[in-house]
Amino acid sequence: MLSIKDLSVAFKTRKGEVNAVRGISLDVAKGKTLGIVGESGSGKSVTSYALMRILDAGGEIRTGEVVYGGIDLRAASERDMRDIRGREISMIFQNPRAALNPIRRVGHQVEDVLIRHAQATRQDAKAKAIAALEAVKINDAVARYDAYPFELSGGMCQRIVIAIALACKPQLLIADEPTTGLDITTQKAVMDLVGELARERGMGMILITHDLGLASQYCDRIVVMKDGLIVEEGDPQKLFTDPQHAYTRKLVDATPRVGASIRNLLPPETRTAEPAHKVHDRPLLEVRDLVKTYPGKSGPVQAVKSISFQIKSGQSLGLVGESGSGKSTTSEMVVRLQDPTSGNILFDGQDIAATPSARFMRHPMRGEIQMVFQDATDSLNPRGTAASAIAEPLARIARMRGSKLNARVAELAELVGLPQPLLSRFPHQLSGGQKARVGIARAIALEPKLLILDEPTAALDVSIQAIVLNLLVDLRAQMGMSYLFVSHDLNVVRLLCDEVLVMKHGEIVDRGPTAAVMNNPSHEYTRSLIEAAPQPPNPVAA
Amino acid sequence: MAARSKMILGRVAQAIPVVMGVVVISFLLTRALPGDPAAYFAGPAADEASIAEIRETLGLDKPLVQQFFYYVGDLIRGDLGTSLTTGQTVLTDLGARLPASLELTLAALLLSCAIAIPLGVLAATRPGTWVDHLCRVLVTAGVSMPTFFTGILLIYIFYYLAGLAPSPLGRLDFIYLSPPHVTGFYLIDAALAGDWETWLGALKQLVLPATTLALFTLAPIARMTRAAMLSALSSDFIRTARAAGLSDGKVLFGYAFRNALLPVVTTLGMVFSFTLGANVLVEKVFAWPGIGSYAVEALVVSDYAAVQGFVLAMALLFVALNLVIDIAYALIDPRIGLN
Repeated sequence: MLSIKDLSVAFKTRKGEVNAVRGISLDVAKGKTLGIVGESGSGKSVTSYALMRILDAGGEIRTGEVVYGGIDLRAASERDMRDIRGREISMIFQNPRAALNPIRRVGHQVEDVLIRHAQATRQDAKAKAIAALEAVKINDAVARYDAYPFELSGGMCQRIVIAIALACKPQLLIADEPTTGLDITTQKAVMDLVGELARERGMGMILITHDLGLASQYCDRIVVMKDGLIVEEGDPQKLFTDPQHAYTRKLVDATPRVGASIRNLLPPETRTAEPAHKVHDRPLLEVRDLVKTYPGKSGPVQAVKSISFQIKSGQSLGLVGESGSGKSTTSEMVVRLQDPTSGNILFDGQDIAATPSARFMRHPMRGEIQMVFQDATDSLNPRGTAASAIAEPLARIARMRGSKLNARVAELAELVGLPQPLLSRFPHQLSGGQKARVGIARAIALEPKLLILDEPTAALDVSIQAIVLNLLVDLRAQMGMSYLFVSHDLNVVRLLCDEVLVMKHGEIVDRGPTAAVMNNPSHEYTRSLIEAAPQPPNPVAA
Repeated sequence: MAARSKMILGRVAQAIPVVMGVVVISFLLTRALPGDPAAYFAGPAADEASIAEIRETLGLDKPLVQQFFYYVGDLIRGDLGTSLTTGQTVLTDLGARLPASLELTLAALLLSCAIAIPLGVLAATRPGTWVDHLCRVLVTAGVSMPTFFTGILLIYIFYYLAGLAPSPLGRLDFIYLSPPHVTGFYLIDAALAGDWETWLGALKQLVLPATTLALFTLAPIARMTRAAMLSALSSDFIRTARAAGLSDGKVLFGYAFRNALLPVVTTLGMVFSFTLGANVLVEKVFAWPGIGSYAVEALVVSDYAAVQGFVLAMALLFVALNLVIDIAYALIDPRIGLN
């Protein structure tokens, strides 16, 4: 149905031309799903924008041909392309809330497409839009028709985006990272919905993703892209169990999965023995009856409802839950960036919740509890160098100055594996993995006893995630730190944590040693989380 | 809708302390001005006794607190006092001059928006092209020249050289009678009276000063429109709209422009306030009987009542303007007004 031959795309930038896609060929058959897998910068999204001819300014198709149902999309006029987009080929995007016009009712956005492609008239547009919303299983579609995107959840917004894409019954759907930023159960619901609709309508699909597990579960065929080239192509099971190309092998290895240890994520030649970390019996952190209530529009909202847990010295505790479960609120209270409504946080036997968060900066325990933030880019000052980011806690809290400070920064960079020349660079000159290292170096600068890690690898590519996770394991063993590891990714928590807490609606619904909770979940919610997580096939040993 | 009217009421309530503050400050500031109005009005030949007498009739011999309470009492009765220079009540003066300034400012802003917004949109859709550069040159030139200079230049070209414009002397040439007072806006009043000859006469007088002000206000509006459009056009939802095959017009105006309106409206509000206050130079050049020149004249001679009246009127106007902008926000963006 769709055939791409020798496609190459280049972008004009200030630094000269960048070849984003360098001669790729692929085919999508009717009713089949093709997965395009790759890390950031591999050109997987650019390929789809190129075939839709919606490349950003400066982007241009250089060579190759794109043929859809006998039509040469490269030669088609812009007018014909507008008719094809949305009616023949549709797209859904990542970050669904941003993908919708924030100030237009979602029903009207569906209508816009229907009217544009003459699938509805002004008179019956509303009825047809509601039908389109019902087709993507939106409950109470009549009421949702009038909603604005900000009034809907992320999963609901993605359903709207899908409704817009499928309203005119296209033959081909391009899904560009459709579940990035969605909760794991929502991800499953959305992917199942898309898969079901594609089957029902005999629609072809291109699924662009960085998630090998997702790709292997939903695709009939997969191509692996790297640096604008296809490095490997094949059947998902075979591709992942027996990857031929070194890069595919690396990707497959780096994907966290059942049965793999944390060192297994690294390429075989760089694997060393996993260092053991010692868990003492003495509790380091004890949280008692912690409550956080926010004033809401319609009455107070209980974000955290009286939870208690403890972290032993040297232990790593995983805190798992979906958005709105209260896991971030909990971690922010523990790191003393937020004040609990009631309850105690005992750190080394001392109630640190007694000191308001605004004054905790000067508390002697400030250096003992540090945090690694979710987004390595956003949590670094864009106008400060890597060295200044790492030096900040040393200068402010430990009052370190001069050559002593510089020596310590260099030592920390060494510890997290950040090459010394990079210290003078600014965040925009660093890669995602390097920024993550800076964030970690900053957090461990004061040798804290407890490190709170808030989804530290969520924004990273899998191969970088593998390296960062291993770094965290090494640092833990070396420095004897305890971790509170906040994540939605069960496969990552499984690799890193001794014990795990599962939170839902502000309560701890399940807890225990990680292996026990993961293998024999006692709570139904834990089970649904584990089932929703895509399971990539295990590679055969190389 | 109930939430919205509640929000509007809330905003009106917020304005009350602002107005009270303005009353106090305008009173104190005028008292702090150097110069003695009693001495000024007694004339150069007056002796101590007659100055004291005038001071007494003006109530300036009373303690400050007492003067303030008299002032507030008068305000509540709607009495802004009498201007010492014109001899008329301040209310009458403001009633005649405020519409003149508003008519000029609004006309200038309408003209400015009519040029700046399309220019900004055009520049944003074609960044880096000649349209973009032309836009930049035009708005920079407009804002670089002081208004009195642009005014005089325009008079020189269109009145003196080309003879196209009428003499720059006020709102209406002396051959016309001012239209019956309804709103104080000559264009509206003349239209209401059906007197199209006067309407045209008023329009001709308005063109040059309005153009002068418009040139000055082009820059912020055009620049903001361009920036807001650029950021709106690079949003994810524009990509969604394009991927759904929506037409360029729909994408540009239905999706991008409405999202870009918010910062443009903010800028418009700011431009409106500073133009209304700053158009005194234009009023002087075109002998426009506006509120700016009135205030400056009153200030020079320490005409308390007139200055206080002016400050109060401007404050109320800005409060009203901010209210209108907030309501405009709520109408444009459903996210505002609910949280």
